[in-house]
Amino acid sequence: MQRRAEYVRALKPPGAGLYRARRRRGLVVDLPLLALLAIACAAGLLVLLSASGHEWGYVRRQAVFMALGFAAMLAVAQVEVRTLRRFAPLVYVAGLVLLALVPWFGVEAKGARRWLDLGPLRFQPAELLKIANPLVVAAFLAARPLPPRWWEVLAAAGLLAVPAVLVGLQPDLGTAILIFAAGFFALFLAGLEKRYLAAAGLLALAAAPLFWFYLLHDYQRTRILTLLDPQRDKLGAGWNIIQSTTAIGSGGWFGKGWQRGTQSQLDFLPESHTDFIVAVLAEEFGLVGVLALIALYLLLVLRGLAIALGARSTFARLLAGSLALTFFVYVFVNLGMVAGILPVVGVPLPFFSYGGTALLTLFVGFGILMAVAGERKES
Amino acid sequence: MKDGGRPARNAVCPLWRRWLVVGALGGMAAAALVQVARLQVVGGHERDYRFLQRQGEARTVRHEEIPASRGVITDRRGEPLAVSTPVLSLVADPKYLWPAAAEFSRLAEELKMTPEALAQQLRDGDAEALIGRSRRWAERQTAALALPEEPRRRALGKLRGEARAVAAFAALARALGEPAAALAERLGRYRDKRFVYLARHLPPERAEAALAAEAPGVSALREFRRFYPAGEVAAQLVGYTDIDGRGQEGIERAFDASLAGSPGVKAVLKDRTGRTVRELALIRAERPGRDLALSIDLRLQYLAYRELKAAVARHRAAGGSVVVLDAHTGEVLAMVNQPSFNPNDRDHLRLAGLRNRALTDLVEPGSTVKPLTMAAALEAGVVTPSTQIDTNPGYLWVAGKTFRDHSNYGVLDLRGILQKSSQVGTTRIALEMEPERIRGLFARFGLGSPPGTGFPGESAGRLPDRRRWRTLEHVTLAFGYGIAASPLQLAQAYAVLANEGVRRPVSLLKREVAPAGKRVLDADVARTVRDLLCAVTEPGGTGTRAAIPGYRVAGKTGTSHKVGPNGYEAHRYVGLFAGMVPAEHPRLVTVVVIDDPRGKEYFGGAVAAPVFARVNAEALRLLGVPPGEGGRWVVAGAARAGGEGRS
Repeated sequence: MQRRAEYVRALKPPGAGLYRARRRRGLVVDLPLLALLAIACAAGLLVLLSASGHEWGYVRRQAVFMALGFAAMLAVAQVEVRTLRRFAPLVYVAGLVLLALVPWFGVEAKGARRWLDLGPLRFQPAELLKIANPLVVAAFLAARPLPPRWWEVLAAAGLLAVPAVLVGLQPDLGTAILIFAAGFFALFLAGLEKRYLAAAGLLALAAAPLFWFYLLHDYQRTRILTLLDPQRDKLGAGWNIIQSTTAIGSGGWFGKGWQRGTQSQLDFLPESHTDFIVAVLAEEFGLVGVLALIALYLLLVLRGLAIALGARSTFARLLAGSLALTFFVYVFVNLGMVAGILPVVGVPLPFFSYGGTALLTLFVGFGILMAVAGERKES
Repeated sequence: MKDGGRPARNAVCPLWRRWLVVGALGGMAAAALVQVARLQVVGGHERDYRFLQRQGEARTVRHEEIPASRGVITDRRGEPLAVSTPVLSLVADPKYLWPAAAEFSRLAEELKMTPEALAQQLRDGDAEALIGRSRRWAERQTAALALPEEPRRRALGKLRGEARAVAAFAALARALGEPAAALAERLGRYRDKRFVYLARHLPPERAEAALAAEAPGVSALREFRRFYPAGEVAAQLVGYTDIDGRGQEGIERAFDASLAGSPGVKAVLKDRTGRTVRELALIRAERPGRDLALSIDLRLQYLAYRELKAAVARHRAAGGSVVVLDAHTGEVLAMVNQPSFNPNDRDHLRLAGLRNRALTDLVEPGSTVKPLTMAAALEAGVVTPSTQIDTNPGYLWVAGKTFRDHSNYGVLDLRGILQKSSQVGTTRIALEMEPERIRGLFARFGLGSPPGTGFPGESAGRLPDRRRWRTLEHVTLAFGYGIAASPLQLAQAYAVLANEGVRRPVSLLKREVAPAGKRVLDADVARTVRDLLCAVTEPGGTGTRAAIPGYRVAGKTGTSHKVGPNGYEAHRYVGLFAGMVPAEHPRLVTVVVIDDPRGKEYFGGAVAAPVFARVNAEALRLLGVPPGEGGRWVVAGAARAGGEGRS
């Protein structure tokens, strides 16, 4: 009977049962997170204005997306965690289906098919997977005793591998690895044993040559070689990284001041308002600015981890923990890429890079964190 | 729970796992930070911040030349002869402009329109309409519209940008007044270069109009354009610069180094397309060129030019020169030539007009050196002013050649010989002296050596120096055949007579103080010769048309045959007049040369003397030399002239 009731509830349109808890608890919001996010957004807009060459159009659109993002975050924060858990498989499957549709219905841009055209809305299904992956792994593992046994680990890895392969075929290796990592954090936090970790590490090492020779595209190999020696193709593949390190290096301790960065203002820095925006920040605000930026991100992640530690259920803890860690990995991959210690992959810098879908995904992630935080105090 | 033996939930997150998370977080943050710090503040490695900052500056900071304004050339009273006005030159970077030009040509072809018609249609610069018109562009637009939001915006922006650039190119061509097809063709030739002049020395408002087209890669350079207010009047003397402001001829060339100054350097910030975004710092201020005051008096220059031009036209002469010297200081007060040219209109230059004939061209001075021969004779003591020379029967046979006077003048004194320009009389006096005496005096008077004005192409003249003089050479030397001098040299020689026997170097630059001269002739002799020369312009003389009412004029006419490829040409002449005024205390020394007069008259007394009179009459008035000055001299001279007679 009980299962049937649950089934019936699940069939109800979303929203019908979603906000029952809100009436009981009032508005769910995590003030420290909210404050940090507001600071990040304000700083992001400030740098974007400079990076886009004082084009208010970009800033205005970005601000609109941020407002939408805040709204989405607060909406998600009101959802009960168990509802999230119930919908996890659905979200995951929907993400997979959309992803599978991309090769047939996707729109091509810059040699890769990543976008899906849904009438007035275009978005990257891969973004959805950034949330769906930790969600489904957390749901899968939390339903079972921990630490997971070997077949459970394999099953979870399989869940992660399918979307990763699909994204990798787009091709978008960077995002593929990142969404895989997002789910892997859940697995790790679920208590993956040392031997599995070691085995995974060894497997990765062994697979590396295979990867290099059979799976990587030429341009991806070029990117990695470029990382090792940017000067080998100054005007081609190395251009971005040479320009970005030059911009960063020109900043010095305190930078040249807002809107006074020469490399970024004068069109020398490519993608200055999207993936490489941190170079603008580094040039205009110097090492001090970068320190502040990293501190801001660390605070956000630490707050996220604190929420995870205080979570009431295993599912909530795994989900919150992996979202927080994923967030920081995104930040690190972007910083590493712009600073020239990681290969160039198309990963935006959260809250700073221009782009709507990525922002929405971010805010939804933080909305989930807030939802988790909202239930913590009730216990 | 079926696996009850497993650790409880709290143990699921053991300490090592937490530390691993914290360590990984910290490690990643530290790695990023260390790398950024390495780039930004840590020195000492190969690609440290110093290197990167230099790199950054190398990309954006350019050292740009600040053109120094060229010095103004003025006459002695400060009237401008050459001034520089700031102008703008339009330059383009073909890397950015050529694509627009190429697209323009392609578009014209695709639309089957002439470039003119297309340019006409693009006048409004409506990028959207332009895209609609080209099929290829429309296809690109359709393709762009299919993209997701952000790439689509970028693709459409790029497309519009290209359309705007094409329209801007057409607008640029129109502003430059050049057919768009020709401009595109020109850019095509330089498409691999990064710099090309589109138009030089545009007036600022025209350059602004062209810049307003906002064609990609087009910018303006500040330059100076030289303008010559006196135009053809002082053209050869002042000279001109080339389009880059370097002196090519005349004073502009001779004093280029001091006129040019030295350009400054400033650091500017440029963006990737080479546009100057901001000026950063002045590295070195430009040093403007030094102004230069010439010795000439523009009023006299105008005057001399007007009279010379009229005379050359009247006598259908090939050319001519007038040189006016300040008798005391040796400064050149006027130096004009015919033919001339307009230095402000360089497109219609004729080569013949370029030479500063007064300095570069040689003429045989002919009879105008007779006073010098007389001076040599007086100096040698072989004659006195009243020595009677028998010129009967009006011709003289010397070394197989006959020298003729116009008619038989009978017995003449020195005054008479000069007045009538008697060949026979001069020959007889010359034969009384060693030829070295005559040559020596000529040399002391500056003939045969460069005047030292520093002017490019200045002639030294020709004064033969022989160990053994044959009689014929001896005699012809005495009346100025077989030697050659520039008009300036002749004027310089007459200035010695005017200046009581003291020779001062001539100068084209204004002098504050006259340099110490060198005495080359006894003052009394100089005064005597001057006095004798007055007879030339008095009734009965060959140069009466050089007379100026109210002043005594000392001067001498000369007519020499032109030298052609086969020696002297029978019916082609150079008419000369050299003289000074007022004769008692000369202020001005003037030489007039009329080259190859083709009219009825060709004698120096007929073609050159009137120019002398008109120029000097006006010049004396302008300089405020009163007719009364030396009035006593006029009376005394007249008395003496009357007393000694001309019988």
